[in-house]
Amino acid sequence: MASSETVPAGRKQGGLATFLRSQMRNIAPFLTLIFLSGFFAAASPSFATLDNLGNILTQVSVTGIIAVGLTFVILCAEIDLSIASIANVTGIAVAYFTMQESYVNIANFPMPGWVAVLLALVLCALLGVVNALGLTLIGIPSFIMTLAMMQIAAGISALLVRGQIAYKVPDVIATLGSGSIGGIPWIVIVAALMLLAGHLVLTYTRFGRYVYMVGGNREAAEYSGLNVNLILGSVMVIAAVCSGIGGMLGVAHFGSAQQNEFDSYLLDSIAAVVVGGTSLFGGRGGIGNTIVGLFVLGVLNNGLDHVNIDSFLKILIRGLILLAALVINVYAQRLRARTAE
Amino acid sequence: MRSPILELQGITKAFGGVEALRGVDFALCAGEIHGLVGENGAGKSTLMKVIAGVHTEFSGRFLLDGHEAHFRSARDARAAGIAMVHQELSVVPDLSVAENVFLGQQPTNRFGLVQWRRMAREAGEQLKRLGIDVDPYSRLGDLPIGLQQLIEIARVLFSGARIVILDEPTSALSPPEVERLFATLRQLRDAGTGIVFISHFIEDILRVSDTVTVFRNGQKVAETAAAATTKGALIEAMIGRDGKALEHSYSDDLMLPPPNAGSVVLKVDQLTFARSLRAVSFEARAGEVLGIYGFMGCGQQELSRILFGKLKPDGGSLAVDGRRRTFGSTASARRAGIALVPESRRAMLFHQEPVYKNISISILERISSVLLKPARERAIAMRQVEQLQIRPPVVGLDLGMLSGGNQQKVALAKWLTYPPRLLVLCEPTRGMDVGAKNDVINIVRDLRAKGLAIIVLSTEPETVLSLADRIVVMKRGAVVREFANEAVSKDRLLEAA
Repeated sequence: MASSETVPAGRKQGGLATFLRSQMRNIAPFLTLIFLSGFFAAASPSFATLDNLGNILTQVSVTGIIAVGLTFVILCAEIDLSIASIANVTGIAVAYFTMQESYVNIANFPMPGWVAVLLALVLCALLGVVNALGLTLIGIPSFIMTLAMMQIAAGISALLVRGQIAYKVPDVIATLGSGSIGGIPWIVIVAALMLLAGHLVLTYTRFGRYVYMVGGNREAAEYSGLNVNLILGSVMVIAAVCSGIGGMLGVAHFGSAQQNEFDSYLLDSIAAVVVGGTSLFGGRGGIGNTIVGLFVLGVLNNGLDHVNIDSFLKILIRGLILLAALVINVYAQRLRARTAE
Repeated sequence: MRSPILELQGITKAFGGVEALRGVDFALCAGEIHGLVGENGAGKSTLMKVIAGVHTEFSGRFLLDGHEAHFRSARDARAAGIAMVHQELSVVPDLSVAENVFLGQQPTNRFGLVQWRRMAREAGEQLKRLGIDVDPYSRLGDLPIGLQQLIEIARVLFSGARIVILDEPTSALSPPEVERLFATLRQLRDAGTGIVFISHFIEDILRVSDTVTVFRNGQKVAETAAAATTKGALIEAMIGRDGKALEHSYSDDLMLPPPNAGSVVLKVDQLTFARSLRAVSFEARAGEVLGIYGFMGCGQQELSRILFGKLKPDGGSLAVDGRRRTFGSTASARRAGIALVPESRRAMLFHQEPVYKNISISILERISSVLLKPARERAIAMRQVEQLQIRPPVVGLDLGMLSGGNQQKVALAKWLTYPPRLLVLCEPTRGMDVGAKNDVINIVRDLRAKGLAIIVLSTEPETVLSLADRIVVMKRGAVVREFANEAVSKDRLLEAA
């Protein structure tokens, strides 16, 4: 899957070395994944089991759902720092519109389940539209615009829950977030379906092509008569809606909705996309890369729990792995640019 | 005969199996201006990059002052007194003029602090020698492109290098600026500097050089004193066939045809934009090529961007086929039937994407619905590649692997599958060799015959004269003269602008 996003044309450019160099951003993350899996399998007998594979899949599901939208954004050479906040506020919103137990001290607005879900989706889409308008109409760089949105979404969350914790979500969300079918958790299935949908859109649709072209050379896209602003705006909305879905299922998965519960997902999602090899400069990579990146992070987080290691050291190790991935990402871009010259 | 300061013997340089240079000998003397001519891809720039230490792996002997030298980087070459002005502008727009002139070698006092006043004074003096009177403290990016190019040249000329290489230095300069550049080059030559001058403008080469060397297909095919040759002879040596049929001098009068009866496709009325355009009005008709000529900075570039919806005019109106239009984006201009090929290939092509994606990008809406149809895209691209004779004819190849002239053809091919109503071409033949220029001219004539309205904007009189049926001359943002159904020549154009 990792290599399926890149142009097959690479193969025609000459020797095997050239091909391998141009594919470095796909190969390196894959090798990292194999190496890490091998290492943990050798270090701990409890790592390489079917049960643990299930654990890893469940652990990366929420990140995976959020990372689908983020992949679109990063392919356009933009960034969205508000994804975790939007996930959080959407999760809180869906709980806010659900009848809570009497001991939960929240002035909520109970609605039928499907209305609650719809309202939550509208909310995250609206926040995405605000991001899109700020980026395209006003021209605020996405880094700053989404930094503001991160705060705005956190603010809405705070107003809705006022420091309390809500537990109830609509049944459909509860099932998708924490139920399972035939032993497979629904959340894993949803994540897989969303990743698949993202992959199909990016690879086989006109919109997907536009995303790659805008990311590859924005000026050229404009001079080709593409509506660049429309495409950039769309990816911001897609990112917000994916985050919202991740947030709703996440709340059900964790069993509660509260302030700041998604904070770690911002970094995890960005890391998954970038570690997987999608170029920070836009135009290269895809969902296949994101999937590999998700597994690298998942195996790393899970594996470190299986070996005896200082839990404070884990944070440092994760940071170093991320740095290594960034180095490879930038280096692969340079190799690629050189082969294309 | 003076002994050469630089001598290359049997230089061969290959890129991935393709030999860009084959056994080339080259010598440069102190106090000599050495002109290099040749078609695109003939090996001129490659040879210069070998000299300037950009390409460090090659075979053959490299002698500097009679001693074998081997540079490991461009830095080594600079340390040995070799400096080069590359074809692409490499200035820092956010720094001041003085900082750009002294980039990398600011004068410092004994504490290592930059001597700002001395730097500004010396930069001002040096630029005056090139006839440029600008405030050394002004921001470089605020100056017109032509001036920026001159300032980059100044940086290299006055860096104290013994060997100076200029690759296409005059492409963005107006005639008076070229004159001043040549005067400075002659002064430097008389002071003992060895200068290599590469240009597509053969008249320029003949005027300023002492010696001329001709390249073809990676080999040196002729070396002669400039005084002993002619433009025709050089062109013949360059392209290896009788060049006369391809090249007009345009010094004689050229008769423009009587006004075309085609309908008015574009009507521009009283267009204004910031300080660049002042009440510009003209019409473009179907089946006619309208040339718009003017010096760099006359407002052409802004005009082309407004026509394609990239810039929004401050006042005035546009009408396409009689319907008044305001474009919110380039997409709306494209849908209204307008196509633009900007002067920079980098600005309109995707170098890391295959040729077929480059060609199909602006017509995806018409050849596919929600889902892409890659087979159809490839077939359409292949047809364009065959029609325009793009080499190599492989639509799956990354665009960056093609030569400059072929990239330019791809830029045109994007618009030709579904021909637009109006095609706007900016500098369609800039930096092209004679053969590729001729190809482009033929393509444009074909399109005219198909009934497109075509606008060609250029700062080169030859380009406009070789293509246009009617010519509008712009000067400082205004239309100052229109030539239609009358005699025109290079002199008359230059006079009007």
